[in-house]
Amino acid sequence: MDAFTTHTGTAVPLRRTNVDTDQIIPAEYLKRITRTGFEDGLFVAWRTNEPDFVLNLPQFAGASILVAGPDFGTGSSREHAVWALMDGGFRVVISSRFADIFRNNSTKAGLLTVLLPQEEVEALWKAIEEDPSLAVTVDLENNSVRYAATTVPFSIDAYTRWRLLEGLDDVGLTERHLGDIEAFEAARPSWLPRTLPAPAR
Amino acid sequence: MPKTLAEKVYDAHVVRSTEGEPDLLYIDLHLVHEVTSPQAFDGLRAAGRTVRRPDLTMTTEDHNVPTLDILKPIADPISRAQVDALRRNTAEFGLRTAPMGDRDQGIVHVIGPQLGLTQPGMTIVCGDSHTSTHGAFGALAFGIGTSEVEHVLATQTLPQYRAKQMSVTVDGELPPGVSAKDVILAVIAEIGTGGGQGHVIEYRGSAIRALSMEARMTICNMSIEAGAKAGLIAPDQTTFDYLAGRPHAPQGADWDAAVAYWSTLTTDEDAVFDREVVLDAASLAPFVTWGTNPGQGLPLSASVPDPAQIADEGDRRAAEQALAYMGLTAGTPLSEIAVDTVFVGSCTNGRIEDLRVVAEAVRGRKVADSTRLLVVPGSVQVKAQAEAEGLDRVFTDAGAEWRGAGCSMCLGMNPDQLKPGERSASTSNRNFQGRQGKGGRTHLVSPAVAAATALTGKLTAPAALEKTGV
Ligand code: SF4
Repeated sequence: MDAFTTHTGTAVPLRRTNVDTDQIIPAEYLKRITRTGFEDGLFVAWRTNEPDFVLNLPQFAGASILVAGPDFGTGSSREHAVWALMDGGFRVVISSRFADIFRNNSTKAGLLTVLLPQEEVEALWKAIEEDPSLAVTVDLENNSVRYAATTVPFSIDAYTRWRLLEGLDDVGLTERHLGDIEAFEAARPSWLPRTLPAPAR
Repeated sequence: MPKTLAEKVYDAHVVRSTEGEPDLLYIDLHLVHEVTSPQAFDGLRAAGRTVRRPDLTMTTEDHNVPTLDILKPIADPISRAQVDALRRNTAEFGLRTAPMGDRDQGIVHVIGPQLGLTQPGMTIVCGDSHTSTHGAFGALAFGIGTSEVEHVLATQTLPQYRAKQMSVTVDGELPPGVSAKDVILAVIAEIGTGGGQGHVIEYRGSAIRALSMEARMTICNMSIEAGAKAGLIAPDQTTFDYLAGRPHAPQGADWDAAVAYWSTLTTDEDAVFDREVVLDAASLAPFVTWGTNPGQGLPLSASVPDPAQIADEGDRRAAEQALAYMGLTAGTPLSEIAVDTVFVGSCTNGRIEDLRVVAEAVRGRKVADSTRLLVVPGSVQVKAQAEAEGLDRVFTDAGAEWRGAGCSMCLGMNPDQLKPGERSASTSNRNFQGRQGKGGRTHLVSPAVAAATALTGKLTAPAALEKTGV
């Protein structure tokens, strides 16, 4: 995973609530077995059917920060939604509320999800709609979003922040605690189910 | 300190807990399907890692599976490649699998309980959001992403933070024709698709206690549609009776030890929930969604809502977009909406009891000419059971299509899809735009409403069917 420290880019306003992962990337794009190349599926239904969908507007081309309405990333657990956003050039999603699994997935893949109060999201929407070329900085070292003369602090749990800043892989971190895992396993009740060997029937 | 059921299960699985870091949680069962796993296995290979506990891992094929011609190679080359990848990975890493044609194959959330792998007090994960289904047994079960699938494969653990606790209490008796599906649709309409965010929901109350295991699975299944991390129900005699004798259930002295432990898995009297919701079972009615998220639902006796009446701007805009997508006009009675396809199946309502409800309703009757009824069992075992009971004949005699096991029309990854503009009444769990096929329009319903709808061709409550005598 790439480390995330500070990112500056332009932002795109996605004024929709409840953007589910089926909209971020429909099921038919999930058949790939690679981890990249999902940009063609990103919001594909809206990009195809709605000429004035924000991601179709030239003034927002090249944006790397998505500013979305509440309940972003609901629905399926597909991490492909995070990969598609990253493949589509996004490094940050800002919303006042994220679905849990989406948020969790994003931190594993290195996409920063920033929680801001809804009124701050609205203010940012206004600012980027007035000036789509506005530079927006998302600073994980200082926990703030900055644009024009505005600085908005955001909070993120310290551990996730550290992992993102360092670009650390979870599996490697967990493997440091192998001894604890082995001790736990030794104490598990013997009647808990095992899939192997398959029971004879 | 008094604890909730979910806290008890969580605490029993903490491998390591350190201030300022997530807890490390042990995972008792890892379910795997073909869609969310290939990149995880690639990750293992790239790092030279193995699967730590193949004996706590179960894999199957469900999402891409065609429900016709299941013994032939999959026609769609990309679907086939994904299923082939799982077969290669399970062979390489030595995992148990139930491929197409195997008697244990089926939707991952149907086969876990059916095999008795899903038991009270366990932690269960799968790269699939409807893993919450297994909470019906009093397990802490939740969906994870592909990076986490890799993490569980490699370490059999997950870094986790404690979720908040929420209770949904449903007391009283459900009116006739009202089922578990209506309960959960009503809950989601009440609290919204973000209402459970950050929480584990425990379903409680006399109406929940009275439900069968399969009905409990329907409720827990859709916890994710309310935004919750997981949903669960305390195990009781209904749970033990369901488990007894299943292939992976404990036996003999082990069974007694297990039941003794399972019996402790209830929320303590004075445990505190962060949020409590109460519903009166007697006030519930058959429910149907009119929009494009599962929270946009109403009793079937209501009319399509008028977005202009919705105060919150975001919700209003969402409702306007939903009606435009769904091709609906405010004020239209929901019971006048004609549907093209009725889909009975999925991990929400693709089990034997669901099929029995539908069979009872369509027995000796005919599906409306304008409508097709697709009945898809959730697993090979469900299919076999239904055929042993003669339900397949009831369906085909009524003019329905009887298919092989899989996710089918719950999502558009296999050949069973809606065409653009086509409208369905579906017993599945998601009415998102395009979920059942590009441009398809979905109304979520219970099996009883699905059956009544198939007979009349319009969204129909079971009670209305008796009156009209179709
Ligand atoms: S039936 Fe639908 S919701 Fe259930 S696992 Fe399959 S695709 Fe997911």
